[in-house]
Amino acid sequence: MIAEDSLTPAQKIALRQSRRQRLRTRLATFPWWLVIVGLIIGATLWLITESPTYSEAFATIRTGMVVTLVITLISYTISLLIGLFTGLGRVSSNIVSQNIATLYVEVMRGIPMLVSIFFIALVLVPGIIEMLSFLGSKFTEAGLTGIGASLANMNTKSISMSVRAVIALSLTYGAYSAEIFRAGIQSVPIGQMEAARSQGMSYGQAMRNVVLPQAIRNVLPAIGNDFISMLKDSSLVSILAVRDITQIARLYAGHSFRYPEAYTTLSVMYLTMTMLLSLLVKLLERRLANNGK
Amino acid sequence: MENNNSSNLVEIKSVDKWFGELQALDNVSLNVPSGKVMVIIGPSGSGKSTLLRCINYLETPTNGQVWFNGEKMSGDQKELNRHRAEIGMVFQSFNLYAHLTILQNITLALKVVKKLNEKEAETLAMEQLKRVGIADKADKMPAQISGGQQQRAAIARALAMRPKLMLFDEPTSALDPEMIKEVLDVMMMLAKEGITMIIVTHEMGFARAAADEVIFMDHGRIVERNTPDGLFNNPASDRTKLFLSQILHK
Repeated sequence: MIAEDSLTPAQKIALRQSRRQRLRTRLATFPWWLVIVGLIIGATLWLITESPTYSEAFATIRTGMVVTLVITLISYTISLLIGLFTGLGRVSSNIVSQNIATLYVEVMRGIPMLVSIFFIALVLVPGIIEMLSFLGSKFTEAGLTGIGASLANMNTKSISMSVRAVIALSLTYGAYSAEIFRAGIQSVPIGQMEAARSQGMSYGQAMRNVVLPQAIRNVLPAIGNDFISMLKDSSLVSILAVRDITQIARLYAGHSFRYPEAYTTLSVMYLTMTMLLSLLVKLLERRLANNGK
Repeated sequence: MENNNSSNLVEIKSVDKWFGELQALDNVSLNVPSGKVMVIIGPSGSGKSTLLRCINYLETPTNGQVWFNGEKMSGDQKELNRHRAEIGMVFQSFNLYAHLTILQNITLALKVVKKLNEKEAETLAMEQLKRVGIADKADKMPAQISGGQQQRAAIARALAMRPKLMLFDEPTSALDPEMIKEVLDVMMMLAKEGITMIIVTHEMGFARAAADEVIFMDHGRIVERNTPDGLFNNPASDRTKLFLSQILHK
């Protein structure tokens, strides 16, 4: 703090102006929108505790929470693995893996997620199962009864809709995270790879020990944001009648006709989770930015 | 039969390098005897760096052969990695691994390529850091030390592999003027120790003092090769004369 007594009158005026300016920038950059979000969440919480219909809606929808979280977490983990390998394929100099990776990414990105979930769950998975069971019957004919029987016994119904939902979300998000990993790998200067190769490391060793650690660090915030998107897009699995919070809210609204209760509660539940998560991502981003210095 | 003179650590035989429509190297042949210090000078775009990068196959020659230590370099990845482990390279922009400490920068290849254990690798690394005078920076990240210190760390990283050959690609060009000397001093020390070195540089004073032979390149060709004395005091070709007059009288 400056001792104001020691200042000349002109300096005092300047100091006051400078403080006013600082206050103005603070007011201008303050996240007012966040206050409003907080108010909305607070109001809904109040409704849930005070209004019997809201508290009934919340108590019902809440039962889908486990499904939403489990589907999101499993699909997200699988999609990261798919994304990592597809991203590596995208930057690979091998023509075959590069084209397979690009084909997968472009096809997935060219189809609306809603449609690809229908396609994967209702066409691709049953198709693969049928193929396997056909192979199984052929194996049995060929005398390989052990493996033949286990394949032939597979039938479309043995794969539940929840599993298909996970497969569908993983495959669609795998394509998105592949692009994140590709961008991350390409953000690492070429000299890092060259230095590693010049020391006698193989491409794989250089990738694993030098390029990927830096690439992943660069894309951590993007990967975090992907998790938030996945949490929201997991609501799409409700069209497969998987009982996540969206599906349960739809069912509740459908037979109670309490649309405002069901959908306000549902929206605020998603909003609360995504706000908390994006706060975490921002903290992570700030920590990474500080570490880099 | 392909013959090969065993006193030469490196033999470059009629190497061409094309980048698309552009010819960077034009029928270059060069032998580097074991234990000698070769300095390559020349205007930018003359193919100096490309020639250096063809030696450890960071660039694959379009035509011609490179022999290292009596063996022909090829595209075979296993062979290539084995040769590269014996050829240290120092880059203009240091290329220290940005996510690792200085010590880890040196130990990584020792562990991954030479399969040393953590302790052996660290002992070796500290030895080399002492040699280049930055043992106290072992636990710093590359971004936390000066350019000159980074380049010395990069030299230590290359030396720790116990290379038969050291390649320097304009090692002082990215440095602030006051840091050039500390890097040149380290290189001078290595030159006196008898390590085979091929150095691309614009530091003519260093070339005079350290080189056994100086090579002048222009337009992808070797124009002249001589002792430093001969090349700097009695350049044979007009092109060399012109180049020297331009850089020495600046």
